Amino acid sequence: MSWHEKSLSELSKAISEKEVSSVELTQYFLGRMAQMKGLNAYLDVQEDLSLKSAQMADELIAKGLAGPLTGIPVAHKDVFVTKNWKSTAGSKMLENYLSPFDAHVVELLGVNGAGMVCLGKTNMDEFAMGSSNENSAYGPALNPWNHQYVSGGSSGGSAVAVAAGLAPIATGTDTGGSIRQPAAFCGITGIKPTYGTVSRYGMIAYASSLDQAGPMGKSAQDCAILLNSISGHDPRDSTSLARESINYEGLLGKNWITDQDLPLTGLKIGVPQEYFSQGLQEDVRQAVQEALKKFEDLGATCIPVSLPKTKLSIPVYYVLAPAEASSNLSRYDGVRYGYRAKEYKDLAQMYERSRSEGFGAEVKRRILIGTYVLSQGYYDAYYLQAQKIRRIIAQDFQTAFASCDVLMGPVAPHVAWKVGEKSKDPVEMYLEDIYTLSPNLAGLPAMSIPCGMSQDQLPIGLQIIGNYFSEPKMLQIADHYQRNTNWHQLQPATNSLVGAAS
Amino acid sequence: MNIEEINHLAKLSSLELSTDQTQQISKELENILHLVDELQSVDTEGYEPLFHPIAMIDTLSQPLRTDIVSEGNDRSNNMVSAPISHEGLFLVPKVIE
Repeated sequence: MSWHEKSLSELSKAISEKEVSSVELTQYFLGRMAQMKGLNAYLDVQEDLSLKSAQMADELIAKGLAGPLTGIPVAHKDVFVTKNWKSTAGSKMLENYLSPFDAHVVELLGVNGAGMVCLGKTNMDEFAMGSSNENSAYGPALNPWNHQYVSGGSSGGSAVAVAAGLAPIATGTDTGGSIRQPAAFCGITGIKPTYGTVSRYGMIAYASSLDQAGPMGKSAQDCAILLNSISGHDPRDSTSLARESINYEGLLGKNWITDQDLPLTGLKIGVPQEYFSQGLQEDVRQAVQEALKKFEDLGATCIPVSLPKTKLSIPVYYVLAPAEASSNLSRYDGVRYGYRAKEYKDLAQMYERSRSEGFGAEVKRRILIGTYVLSQGYYDAYYLQAQKIRRIIAQDFQTAFASCDVLMGPVAPHVAWKVGEKSKDPVEMYLEDIYTLSPNLAGLPAMSIPCGMSQDQLPIGLQIIGNYFSEPKMLQIADHYQRNTNWHQLQPATNSLVGAAS
Repeated sequence: MNIEEINHLAKLSSLELSTDQTQQISKELENILHLVDELQSVDTEGYEPLFHPIAMIDTLSQPLRTDIVSEGNDRSNNMVSAPISHEGLFLVPKVIE
């Protein structure tokens, strides 16, 4: 049986009908993971731990105490801290770090929550800073469609795990596109919810006012199911919103307007003209336009809108995120946990050497930039100015949403690039984030769904940006598209994957 | 950005950079600052900074919890990842002579 091709609801049904046990399912995925180790999707795999939770899940199932996700395996991005598993955030700084507690998301999905089985911790750019996975201290996770290409970042390992069938579903985090861009590069579905939807407790912090966790899966439906399990108020995260709970599966399969023949009649899709400007790869443009056409066939209307400050989102983000990072990462000093340098003459040198040896190049660059823009004399011109433009960006979205229900455009200007191609020039890599940064700055939900393949046979992603708390509608829209197209069902050829193991 | 400025910035960031690294980073930071200098072209007169996206949705509040113990003493587990410790204490180089 090809369990890696099954949806969460199919796996759930197979488990409840005793067609497969959690232990068998876990063994199946562990087997694939071992076979395709060369993709470097996982940073920590502990078969005995996974099988132990699978056994516990099977006991719950036998007692009739199973929930819909009990016994189904899941992979966690290594940015979520986990008891008994390493939690490195892709950094040498945390190579040997063992967390005394589980992140809220891990707890909710684990044995005392939904009963899912952790398959391992997935590779990522160091401290979630990067767009290609090449900033991981443990080497990049490789794109399963062609392992000479990057998987995207920072949640590249999670995207690879789902795309290559090394996990039915995975968790990710998105600060400036880190769920959506790797999802697009690897041909899977991912959603970054409204800021404050998922607790950041136990999520190793990068830029706290932008960081948000979300699911990465094979379809909008699978993402909706997982989001139901990981969202909700958590008093341990002071930015976690206390609101009435939302059922993210609630609108799946329903028509936009109930009594219409076509599923999306009445839906107004705003198409930001700035998302189709120069620099957009031609086959990406074509695939996105074909997707928009498909939505029109399903009854939707496309209207042009403007997000005039799109280009400015890059400088705004690359001031604010490093500023927050420079503060968040000051905790790594080699005293209480993390890497400590071997040689130093005093306390100050111990801090400096531990940080210099423990952090990679990109992390150091962002700490320096962040320190610079927060320092006396530059604070107003950079940091404060960026926060003001951030408000303009957020307001521009509200202007756009006055005339449409959702926004659609490309996730990234290009498909995945070759490993090493852009890693020499940080600015060149930053420019690739142009379409994903604004929703984080505004705190809006945004998702990526597969919508085509490039001439080089690499996946292309369509981005859907919604207004605050409109995730059920976004998932409904994406699900209608997936019921009528098969881009999300394409899979990389397995023989090429096994080849990557060499 | 000159070498002196980079060294000052490194000091503020508690980072030690070799001479080679300083030169490399100086060039990279120049490029990044050139990129972010575009911010200066925008007229933001009359706009309040948006420090937090929640402020777009809701009043930003920092809820206080009741002042009661929520977690027990877990000293040994909390110290498991300490690079060097001794009898429940973190060891660091001598600070006061």
